[in-house]
Amino acid sequence: MNELSESLALALGLVVSADAGLRAIAGLSLRVSGTAVLIASALALPFGAWLALARFPGRQGVIVVLNGMMGLPPVVVGLLIYLLLSRAGPLGALGILFTPAAMIAAQAVLIFPIIAALARQVIEDAWAEYHEEFLSLNATRWQCAQALLWDMRFSLSTAVMAGFGRAIAEVGAVMIVGGNIDGVTRVMTTAIALETSKGDLPLALALGAVLIVLVIAINAAAQTVKILAVKRHG
Amino acid sequence: MVTIGRGQFAALALAALAVAFPVAAFAQEKFIVVASTTSTEDSGLFRHILPIFKAKTGIDVRVVAQGTGQALATARKGDADVVFVHDRVAELKFVEEGFGVDRREVMYNDFIIVGPKTDPAKIAGSKDVIGSLKKIAASQSPFASRGDKSGTNAAELRYWKQADIDPQTGKGAWYRETGSGMGPTLNTASAMGAYAFADRGTWLSFKNPGELAIVVEGDNKLFNQYGVMLVNPAKHPHMKKELGMQFVDWVTSQEGQAAIADYKVGGQQLFFPNYRKAG
Amino acid sequence: MADSILPLAVEGLSFRAGETSVIEDVSFRIERGSRTLVIGPNGAGKSVLLRLLHGLLQPTAGKVRWNDRAFDVARRSQAMVFQRPVMLRRSVIENVIFALRIAGNGGHSEQLAHAALERVGLAQLARRPARVLSGGEQQRLALARAWALEPEVLFLDEPTASLDPAATRAIEEAIGAVHAAGTTIVMTTHDLGQAKRIADTVMVMHRGHLLEATPAGEFFNQPRSPQAAAFIRGELIW
Repeated sequence: MNELSESLALALGLVVSADAGLRAIAGLSLRVSGTAVLIASALALPFGAWLALARFPGRQGVIVVLNGMMGLPPVVVGLLIYLLLSRAGPLGALGILFTPAAMIAAQAVLIFPIIAALARQVIEDAWAEYHEEFLSLNATRWQCAQALLWDMRFSLSTAVMAGFGRAIAEVGAVMIVGGNIDGVTRVMTTAIALETSKGDLPLALALGAVLIVLVIAINAAAQTVKILAVKRHG
Repeated sequence: MVTIGRGQFAALALAALAVAFPVAAFAQEKFIVVASTTSTEDSGLFRHILPIFKAKTGIDVRVVAQGTGQALATARKGDADVVFVHDRVAELKFVEEGFGVDRREVMYNDFIIVGPKTDPAKIAGSKDVIGSLKKIAASQSPFASRGDKSGTNAAELRYWKQADIDPQTGKGAWYRETGSGMGPTLNTASAMGAYAFADRGTWLSFKNPGELAIVVEGDNKLFNQYGVMLVNPAKHPHMKKELGMQFVDWVTSQEGQAAIADYKVGGQQLFFPNYRKAG
Repeated sequence: MADSILPLAVEGLSFRAGETSVIEDVSFRIERGSRTLVIGPNGAGKSVLLRLLHGLLQPTAGKVRWNDRAFDVARRSQAMVFQRPVMLRRSVIENVIFALRIAGNGGHSEQLAHAALERVGLAQLARRPARVLSGGEQQRLALARAWALEPEVLFLDEPTASLDPAATRAIEEAIGAVHAAGTTIVMTTHDLGQAKRIADTVMVMHRGHLLEATPAGEFFNQPRSPQAAAFIRGELIW
């Protein structure tokens, strides 16, 4: 308990003094995971909508695999991306290993299945309600997908936030492809891992507290936007 | 169009992406990647000496801290420009295989054995590492090993061998392999009341000693040599040969060696520079 | 007109759901300009019939002939209003514009949509979110959306079943206006009064069979089938 209160005091101190080191790693965490979410969503939402509306043999198998990949271990994703991006690997010429770009790529891969699988379910459920109307209007599948993606934006935003939460909380992938380089690829989670391994548990806990508060704040902001939007637009 | 503005949303997303990465700024930085060990990173040595190097040359040194085994693997694949580790045997093999060139001994510190204050193997104060290990095995006292192919771990295993003991016979009983770095292994040893084999640098900067204290030190055998070398440009033509060489040269130069000697934790010097020109 | 989709000729239409026969051997014609009301007890197959005509379901036997036009082409000249309106989460006018855009009428969609809203009396709610409208208003919006497409045939599946009398009246007036503008009406209802008010032809469905298709005046005086007579008297028939 003593450790906890020491950590909370430490956390408060870091935040209030706007500690430069903290700002750097927190900022990088947000940039890496935020960008990963944008990229993953841009791909996963249309994919999920397509899968919800498409009918082809083996579709159920694809859904099962996609759902299963929501549980992809981050460290495994990190390892796979590392092998891809290593100079000895096929994409080595890109030279992005041990840079934030590699971290973004790894996290985007990690969270794509989460956003896609949830989007698929949301759109498929909506389809039950909308499909007769769309059929009556002779909408093409692509027009239906677009209309549903926008109409279900509030539910889909929850899927996106789920992806963001997963990204900003993981350490396995960014540790391997980023290398936890001081000042370059050190993010909140890898910093916490480092401080733990150095035995500085109060600092590790303090960073953890800051991270949790940060994520809650972002979720609160997203929820507020949603509530205001629903109020204005139904 | 649509009330919330799909167009506005897209614009926002693009703006966010643009802010997220000032890619241009990145590309212009001079930098090298140094694959090193957790003992040098965790001790804080690099935080101390790298800014001096950067101020002098403008080169940003990006240290990827992994165990020695992983660091050499990273360099072997061409993902690093310089290697800075502490396993002489593995380093020489690395050069022999043609992956590294111009290996230089750069600094040393020593290994120690830490253990619980209760000292079940009765070795506290000893200057004999081999004898102490024999006593630990005989008394089956809990021992936390890194088990991760690091330089420290390699040294530990060599001492067991010299003591004619196969610690695997105690596996699962008193010999516990954590498969992790020095810090986590010390955390585990502290929590379990176990002995552990560590380098002094990490130990001095370790902030969670709990009931652990140094029990064995000062044996000449416990000498821990660090070596630095350039990754072989012949094997990996893309690597930053000149910049990497500047680092290797500097860290073995008078200025670099002085910077290493300068680094202290709690008033104690952690690493001792010992570069000597060949011949 | 040569490219009209009417008259509609239905021959031997049947629909099975698994083992159950829902519609059995139904045949009739619908002429241009008519107002056909399909009545019958719940479960008679009225809704299924409408969906078969509009192409939302595929028949298991029989033919639906739209003046020999291809089926999916024919659907472009049709529109449907469902019992529960499905509105997108956007404004009232955007829902109409959406339908117009899909139909390829994007050009003057704003003006066309506004005109459609005027016709059903929703013009002042144009910018409101569609989903906050009352049930009756949403149904009028559904009607406006269908009308904006200028269909030759408008299907309505019990459009006022969940509405209060005032809203029902508004919808019936709008239907009258749509018809006056030249659209053929095919509508289901379980409300005999509504049938009396609107129909010029009455079709009676019972247990999947078409009992009769009779001009309205004649029907309400003297239905041709005993079940229909019982139905009009207010008896439960099954």
